[in-house]
Amino acid sequence: MSALDDLAVKAGDDDVVGGVPARLVAAPASTEEAAALIAASADLNVVIRGGGTKIEWGTPPRDLDLIIDTRRLTGVVEHAAGDLITVVRAGTPMAELHALPGQQLALDAPATATAGGTVAANASGPRRLRYGTARDLLIGITVVRPDGTITKAGGKVVKNVAGYDLGKLYTGSFGTLGLITECVFRLHPVPATAFFVRAAAPPGSAARILAGQFAASALEVHAVPGADPEIAVLLEGAADRSAEVAHLLDGEVSDEPPPWWGVTPPGTVLVKLTGVLSQVPALVATAVGAGATVTGSAGAGVLYAGFTGDPHGRVELLRAAAVRAGGHAVVLTAPDDVRDTLDMWGPVPGLALMRRVKDQFDPAHRFAPGRFAGGI
Amino acid sequence: MMAIDVLAARLRARIGAERVLTDRQQLRTYECDGLAHYKVIPALVVLAGSEEDVATAVRECAAAKVPFVARGSGTGLSGGALPHADGVLIVTSQLREIIDLRPEDERAVVQPGVINLQVTKAATPHGYYYAPDPSSQQICSIGGNVAENSGGAHCLKYGFTTNHVTGLRVVAPDGEVVRLGGMAPDTPGYDLLGAFVGSEGTLGIATEVTVKLTRLPETVRTLLAAFDSTDHAGAATSAIIAAGVVPAAIEMMDALSIEAAESAVHCNYPAGAGAVLIVELDGPVTEVEAQFGAVTRLCEEAGAFELRVAADDQERQLIWRGRKSAFAAVGRISPDYIVQDGVIPRTALPVVLRRINEVAGEHGVRVANVFHAGDGNLHPLVLFDDAVPGEAERAEAVSGAILDLCIEHGGSITGEHGVGVDKARYMPRMFSDADLETMHLVRCAFDPDNLANPGKVFPTPRLCGERPGSRKHAAFDGVEVF
Ligand SMILES: Cc1cc2nc3c(=O)[nH]c(=O)nc-3n(C[C@H](O)[C@H](O)[C@H](O)COP(=O)(O)OP(=O)(O)OC[C@H]3O[C@@H](n4cnc5c(N)ncnc54)[C@H](O)[C@@H]3O)c2cc1C
Ligand SMILES: Cc1cc2nc3c(=O)[nH]c(=O)nc-3n(C[C@H](O)[C@H](O)[C@H](O)COP(=O)(O)OP(=O)(O)OC[C@H]3O[C@@H](n4cnc5c(N)ncnc54)[C@H](O)[C@@H]3O)c2cc1C
Repeated sequence: MSALDDLAVKAGDDDVVGGVPARLVAAPASTEEAAALIAASADLNVVIRGGGTKIEWGTPPRDLDLIIDTRRLTGVVEHAAGDLITVVRAGTPMAELHALPGQQLALDAPATATAGGTVAANASGPRRLRYGTARDLLIGITVVRPDGTITKAGGKVVKNVAGYDLGKLYTGSFGTLGLITECVFRLHPVPATAFFVRAAAPPGSAARILAGQFAASALEVHAVPGADPEIAVLLEGAADRSAEVAHLLDGEVSDEPPPWWGVTPPGTVLVKLTGVLSQVPALVATAVGAGATVTGSAGAGVLYAGFTGDPHGRVELLRAAAVRAGGHAVVLTAPDDVRDTLDMWGPVPGLALMRRVKDQFDPAHRFAPGRFAGGI
Repeated sequence: MMAIDVLAARLRARIGAERVLTDRQQLRTYECDGLAHYKVIPALVVLAGSEEDVATAVRECAAAKVPFVARGSGTGLSGGALPHADGVLIVTSQLREIIDLRPEDERAVVQPGVINLQVTKAATPHGYYYAPDPSSQQICSIGGNVAENSGGAHCLKYGFTTNHVTGLRVVAPDGEVVRLGGMAPDTPGYDLLGAFVGSEGTLGIATEVTVKLTRLPETVRTLLAAFDSTDHAGAATSAIIAAGVVPAAIEMMDALSIEAAESAVHCNYPAGAGAVLIVELDGPVTEVEAQFGAVTRLCEEAGAFELRVAADDQERQLIWRGRKSAFAAVGRISPDYIVQDGVIPRTALPVVLRRINEVAGEHGVRVANVFHAGDGNLHPLVLFDDAVPGEAERAEAVSGAILDLCIEHGGSITGEHGVGVDKARYMPRMFSDADLETMHLVRCAFDPDNLANPGKVFPTPRLCGERPGSRKHAAFDGVEVF
């Protein structure tokens, strides 16, 4: 019996990705089992599923035979507190990583997201301003390649320049280059204090915080059509600089974040907008003018815009604004019936090279076919 | 005419005779980088004056299937910029323009030959600086930093080059100019920018680099703590990290490196110290003050017998001078030395340092330790005298044994100097065949003809186009075994 016969079961009604139903589902419990499964399913098209919180992101797969589910590939393998690192299996829920004693993996991913999915999707929340994203906090990775080979990159130390930094390549690759089975992350100490300053202020006032000496951990804006825009700042550390920030912005200090903090805005269409810092106010204005609710990091230049209704003209408008701001507009999710008619990724520099990378790793294009930028 | 003469003629016609060197005496200037015991005279040197020059040179190399090697300032310590005897060395050090400085966007766009420290100098009047600060920052180029993913004393808190580069223009090995990343974060698609940084010139040549600028901290406090032994200094380091403090830098020097620094720059470190720690904190005043108190107390508890706090910038420079000059200073106490660069988990510091001393003793050589204690990046300096028969070999053996110790403790064979030509042979000790093959998949996507800096990083070059998996079946006496 092959590992495929051993592990795969018939797909159920919920085993659908982007509207495409799968035939089979398999949940390997170890890297070795996953490798055997992937080797045994050489002629099947595969989509990987973690917590499923972002499985609708990206274009639907061209074809789908098998969902590889990481729900059994779980557990913290190692937490070396003195070295500020942890080794976890890919299916481990982020809730477990949020609960490490005295230390944290400083990513704002939701509790039910998995470590592997968080890396594969490279999404980010408010605290990226201080801590960076999954790309910056991942220091080692184990991946099963589409040909079934188990491969590692990086290691267990923060400083390491031996060979190519392949962890970066897998981060944000949406399951198109292989199955991530284990991740090594850099941790940070949990700060002694954390205060939020919330103010009704235009996005442009973020520049005053950036130019000041506040060392903010997050600097978020929130704008809803027809309402006053808001700004909120997270300050962490031994000292309390929040009073000064509150004074500057005419805002209020709280130890609770505002309700919109780190929450992707509502709507059936979700667009990620990036741009240089000085253009954030203009980007927010364009998006709000187009009827979108916008939440995101004014300190990093990454915004999320959500709206309901026909996306076509609005996505073009937002994309033009993002390009003017030196960035990009990527449609993360949209209703199934319009996805196929939308350019979800927009122009992507270096696409020819990306295709060559995909061809090298997955010559048969069977991992998440068609889900990624440029139809990869 | 020989192929290389044809190439030289074509390059002269396209980018100007004055930029194409073939005179042996001139070529000799480029025979090595900072690691001088490897020397190769290149067949040809191109002194690029523009991105177009780089692209033209690479295109011509691709057409003629001639290998090329990029070179920035040539300060590399792993032989990464070692020329290829039959190839073209493309020098980017004349590309020195800061193209765009945008403090309001926290970005600068620079040509690859710009010197690291120049970026900080340009940004400082606006209240910003460029955070990655290798000790060679006064001479090394941003292009070289990108290729090596260089770090510095402050990367414990601020990260390495890879965390501070958001965009590149790259001449790919086929001569095509490609943009990777940009001004804004999170460019869609694969993170080829992340793969390029640290690829040591094997994926192409960077011709424009967009870097992040970091706000200058409100205050900086620097402390020098003297201990009896590296064990005590190591315990202090662990205690600081365990207390939840992330200093901007924690550097350690042992007795031998202190002696060397003393004799070279008279830094006047506390007499009789078996080890010193330099701890630097930066950030908002109130926070730094609170943490500085904690650090001082933790050092005392770990057995520091003398603490010195820099009262002003001049005193701070004095504290750093001993550390920053340590490599060069060792030349004063030993005719020759090998600078090793390995990494271990911070908690393994005491045991590994002890083992290094034992191994050195067994081989009858001395090792001076000066390193980034905060992130476990060791720089043991293995001292020897080439004039004494057998000593160089013994030093080489100790140097290799140190790397084995690093791997044994879950670390890395290089933390910042790169693999280059020097450590390619150690790669299989750290990575499996499958791991190396996977890296090679990326190499093949960028450079199918293996023309960009061949012979570096990878121990054995493989052919591209060979499908992974096709050599899984072992062959015994002509019989395939399935
Ligand atoms: C309000 C909000 C805030 C968020 N903030 C952050 C944040 O601050 N930081 C952050 O990192 N994320 C953030 N996220 C995103 C969150 O991390 C995603 O939910 C997560 O990335 C997806 O994890 P998942 O396990 O649900 O993956 P899934 O939704 O199951 O999968 C996501 C993608 O990854 C692929 N994939 C999943 N597992 C693997 C694997 N093991 N190997 C290879 N490919 C795989 C899938 O095929 C799919 O393309 C946020 C999300 C929300 C809604
Ligand atoms: C005294 C001293 C102290 C040092 N301290 C540190 C330190 O603290 N931290 C640290 O990380 N390093 C340190 N180094 C090593 C060295 O300075 C760095 O590796 C530096 O990044 C090399 O830059 P360079 O411009 O001299 O590059 P070179 O030596 O010219 O080249 C290095 C590599 O980069 C490639 N390369 C150069 N330019 C480009 C380009 N434009 N595009 C693509 N590839 C390119 C070359 O092919 C080669 O592989 C030190 C060196 C010395 C001599």
